[in-house]
Amino acid sequence: MSLLTVSGSPHLHADNSVRKIMYGVLISLIPATLVSFYFFGLGAIIVTLTAVVSCVVFEFLMQKYLVKGPVTIFDGSAIITGVLLAFNVPSNLPLWIMVVGSFVAIGMGKMTFGGLGKNPFNPALVGRGFMMISFPVQMTTWPKPIPMNTQLTDVVTGPTALGVVKDGVGRGEKVSELLPQVPEYTDLFIGNMGGSIGEVSAIALILGGLYMLLRKIITWHIPVSYIATVFVFTGIMWLINPEVYIDPVFHIITGGLMLGAIYMATDMVTSPMTPAGMLIFGVGCGVLTVVIRLFGAYPEGVSFAILIMNAFVPLIDRGFKPKRFGEEVKNG
Amino acid sequence: MKTFKIGGVHPPEYKISEKQPIEVLSLPETVSIPLAQHLGVPAVPVVKKGDKVKTGQLIAKGEAFISANIHSSATGTVSKIDDVIDDSGYRKKAVIIKVENEQWEDGIDTSDNLIKECNLTQEDIVNKVNQMGIVGMGGATFPSHVKLQVPKGKKAEYLLINGVECEPYLTSDHRLMLEKSHELMVGITIQMKALGVDKAIIGVENNKPDALEKLSKLAKEFKGITVEPLKVKYPQGAEKQLIKALVNREVPSGKLPIEVGCVVHNVGTSFAVYEAVQKNKPLIERVVTVTGSNVKKPSNFLTRIGTPVISLIEASGGLLPNTGKVISGGPMMGKALNDLNVPVTKGTSGILVISDYEAQRVSLQNCIRCAKCVTICPMALEPYLLALISDKQRYEEAEENQIMDCMECGSCHYICPSGRPLLDQIRVGKANVGKMIRERN
Repeated sequence: MSLLTVSGSPHLHADNSVRKIMYGVLISLIPATLVSFYFFGLGAIIVTLTAVVSCVVFEFLMQKYLVKGPVTIFDGSAIITGVLLAFNVPSNLPLWIMVVGSFVAIGMGKMTFGGLGKNPFNPALVGRGFMMISFPVQMTTWPKPIPMNTQLTDVVTGPTALGVVKDGVGRGEKVSELLPQVPEYTDLFIGNMGGSIGEVSAIALILGGLYMLLRKIITWHIPVSYIATVFVFTGIMWLINPEVYIDPVFHIITGGLMLGAIYMATDMVTSPMTPAGMLIFGVGCGVLTVVIRLFGAYPEGVSFAILIMNAFVPLIDRGFKPKRFGEEVKNG
Repeated sequence: MKTFKIGGVHPPEYKISEKQPIEVLSLPETVSIPLAQHLGVPAVPVVKKGDKVKTGQLIAKGEAFISANIHSSATGTVSKIDDVIDDSGYRKKAVIIKVENEQWEDGIDTSDNLIKECNLTQEDIVNKVNQMGIVGMGGATFPSHVKLQVPKGKKAEYLLINGVECEPYLTSDHRLMLEKSHELMVGITIQMKALGVDKAIIGVENNKPDALEKLSKLAKEFKGITVEPLKVKYPQGAEKQLIKALVNREVPSGKLPIEVGCVVHNVGTSFAVYEAVQKNKPLIERVVTVTGSNVKKPSNFLTRIGTPVISLIEASGGLLPNTGKVISGGPMMGKALNDLNVPVTKGTSGILVISDYEAQRVSLQNCIRCAKCVTICPMALEPYLLALISDKQRYEEAEENQIMDCMECGSCHYICPSGRPLLDQIRVGKANVGKMIRERN
């Protein structure tokens, strides 16, 4: 017998690891990925692959030659950043912009802070924010969905449904006049609309979210409070003036809300640790999203809303503690 | 089905020894009986080197209020009173006895006859329990007579009996409930009488259906005793969690169960109380589970206190070559042993032997803030934060975040996907915060 190991308890570890969590997230992304490939065709596949490969390669290079620490590209987190970054861009984005965006996402968003777990902001959103500001034209030229499209050029482009309404209302048109210009609500729900690669299909994203809930990768707090806040806030505005503010159902099934609420805001590293904190975080994201959508310069506000709330996470963690066991004496 | 509300985990149960009846383990050549087998002040020896002692004879007296008597678990000659390594890994004083032919101390009933009637007064029961050196046998080893005296101004309403055995692997309480059910019930009625309560609830997790069935049937014959099946969840055997699960009351931070009208005893303790009061038998033996992937024959032994751990392992077929860790207690809260001559004490519920593969810790990664530790902490603390600020030696902040409420159940460390040694760091923090509090007072 060799020497006995002596260590503190516990002596048992759950069958659980960072890699399992990350690959769980990737599995949950499969439905949304398939739907985007269906509607946006070859372009979506190429852009997504470019983003994933660039993210993994940049992480490898930075870990090996700049940080000179262990290389952790196999934990799956760089792949997730790549997929989510691609989900946030149009399917006809020039590939070199995708590569630059991946560089910023991994470098500025993640590695500069010390890698996975240390980054205050969601890396994919840092990348998207950078691309949105630097390449506004390419980032807002959305191809119209053509099922099983294999052509890369000459696709018809147009604004997103949110963009149509925002621009129309901005020109003083009425919502009821604008509605015929956007796809049917059922099409919006399944993803048959123009938009960024992964954001279009609410149903596929919800499916992925349910899978993550079941696997206990995320909890319900952030997605539910986020979506509910957007629904209630836009609902109130709609009740005030339905000709200026479109109805709340439209708001929750268009744009990047589902993608943001289910995948971006729930990023473990950049969201609060306690249930109460998560609810506050979700509400904050919801309010900011609606403020930007209705009163800001952009038609869509999800990514900036989440990035802003990311910055508040340390404060939220400080302010919202769990209700400790025995804190309030309840008898009976 | 009832359970506690906040947090908790469900590790694999591994109850591989649950079908093994309790076997009597033969006495070793020498027994080493530590003087500190209980929480509180160590007992003071009343024998010296060369003295002849009988089985059950008092060999050390618990003189302080929180202390317990120690009796000889064998007949023989005191060869020395010396330091031995106990399961904490430290050297502690112990009475070492060379074992000879067994002769019991006068007045001890060693028969199997069940004695139901108990005509002692409350005070007599408490004195008897004190005399016989009974301590909490679930692991905390708090002297039982102290818990049977309700402090002035407080009122006990419920006696809660802990038959949860939520630690994976361990089956000693399970076997005791099955094989000594009658004695256990009588023990509980005696404890109820001492406390002056008319309600007792035995909490048993529903992974022990045979014990639940047997006790439920038997409970009909005993007034005031009910049996409650509980959903399997760790750490349900922790005092505060058990109270929450059974009567839905929360013991306030830093307070004792009596604050909410409850007294909690382990099933092993109730059995020991029966033997002490009805049979005049001191606490000199207990059921110990020997289990794990690296013992050939998982078993439950009725073991005399002071028996070296190695004797139990040998009786179960010996150590396999790739053994990596030997643990006194269960895998969640047990203590890893560095020496196999450590004696079994009143608090030893099991010996767990695992392979070197199982003994390895998972590789360490950055905290990914997954919040699992916050979700599962049964005290609703923030383990990631307590570990971090303990590591940074920010002890005032640790105290504000209620680090002292941590009962070291290990759920956070168990669940962490990054393999962070949360509890190791929290223990260091607790030790320093404890020191800080003592210095302030």
